[in-house]
Amino acid sequence: MDIKDKVIEIIAEQAVLEPSDVTMDSTLEDLGIDSLGLVESIFAIEEAFDISVPFNANDPQESDFDISSVASIVAGIEKLVQEQKS
Amino acid sequence: MKRVVITGAGTINSLGQNVPDTLEAMREGRCGISELEFRDVDRLAIKIGGQVKGYDPEAVFNRQQLVLYDRFTQFTLLAAREAMAQSGIVFAGDLAVKSGVVLGNSGGGLTTQDENYRAVYEEGKNRVHPFVVPKLMNNAAASHLSMEFNVKGPSFTVATACASSNHAMGQAFHMVRSGMCTAMITGGSESMLCFGGVKAWEGLRVMSKDACRPFSATRNGMVQGEGAGIFIFEEYEHAKARGAEILAEVIGFAMSSDASDIVMPSKQGAARAIAGALKDAGVKPSEVGYINAHGTGTAANDKTECAAVADVFGRHADKLMISSTKSMHGHLIGGTGAVELLACVMALRDGVIAPTINYEEPDPECALDVVPNEAREANVDVVLSNAFAFGGLNAVLALRKL
Repeated sequence: MDIKDKVIEIIAEQAVLEPSDVTMDSTLEDLGIDSLGLVESIFAIEEAFDISVPFNANDPQESDFDISSVASIVAGIEKLVQEQKS
Repeated sequence: MKRVVITGAGTINSLGQNVPDTLEAMREGRCGISELEFRDVDRLAIKIGGQVKGYDPEAVFNRQQLVLYDRFTQFTLLAAREAMAQSGIVFAGDLAVKSGVVLGNSGGGLTTQDENYRAVYEEGKNRVHPFVVPKLMNNAAASHLSMEFNVKGPSFTVATACASSNHAMGQAFHMVRSGMCTAMITGGSESMLCFGGVKAWEGLRVMSKDACRPFSATRNGMVQGEGAGIFIFEEYEHAKARGAEILAEVIGFAMSSDASDIVMPSKQGAARAIAGALKDAGVKPSEVGYINAHGTGTAANDKTECAAVADVFGRHADKLMISSTKSMHGHLIGGTGAVELLACVMALRDGVIAPTINYEEPDPECALDVVPNEAREANVDVVLSNAFAFGGLNAVLALRKL
């Protein structure tokens, strides 16, 4: 399973949706994922890829990690996996 | 001052996963203590406990809930659902604002702590689940009750070790009696039966390896239990007006502090709490028919408790009955007084006195009628429930038949 599919699977589980209902341009708000759901998703992503995601729940805007859409999250994770695994 | 009545009761503990099953087990003198089942139990010297078995959290709660509900919170919710259903009370509008939740608890989400310490220390992981804190905080159960039942008034958790539930129920009683609140969800819960929880208790060397035998000369320590007991305390006129079934009236409560030792009990401290509860209730010692003892099964507690009862009741101490149901369900620490209050309600409502099981041999230092081994039918009007905590913090409740 590639990174995109795995991230979508994690987000879908959090949103209690089927992965097919999660599109790349969905926002977390569209999917009904609140701030706690986001923190939990990031935890699951870190576990799945054994990476550390620079995300500060106190101040998401200040974090060096773009959560504006599923696509931006996937892109961010792909970059982190490449950086942290190389 | 308002009168305070109990209109609902609920429980889950090693004797039963609801009130009827628990009371049946107490009537039959059944023992809920068994071999502990959890990870690393083979590294413990103490391998028995009043563990809740045959309970599947996933059958009752969904995944999102279980991420937030430690075992002690799960127990609390299950017991509260039973109590709320029996009471029939619905928290809405002004009633919701004038009602609260006060629970007793000592260890909080100890299983959650244990699992996560294991992950970071033993397994060397550097990350824990984001909800560890809201799951382990010991007010989690009170908060989830307020959310599930829409209770919007004062809610908090009381931690006084083994007296937590009695202190909590005493507080709830005061809040209704004073007119501050109309109804309270109260009681307590505990779930310390995990490797770290039992290991810590082992260190004190007051645990029995084979059985809890309160008041018996052969007693050799306490046995831990787990579970929850939840009650609805309600202002009498309010309960009557809505036609609620009344289980018993709460008539008095007193607290005292030994101010002497962090673990050894004091006869004077216990006696002041017992005498205080009688005074608060306005009853004469001779009216008390039954005492649900703290009765831990340790050498120190049982003889001190009997001496305190003898001091307060004088000659009547030989006429009243006193039993320890910890012999059956174990010591639920912060939740124990709540489960034990069920035995008090049974004594008043059903005229059945729960026994002290595992009683083998009289101890001259515990020479009271401890209702050994078999339940007894008796008509009692006033009962007490004792709780004496580590730290010398004592809390005694008085109930009357209504």
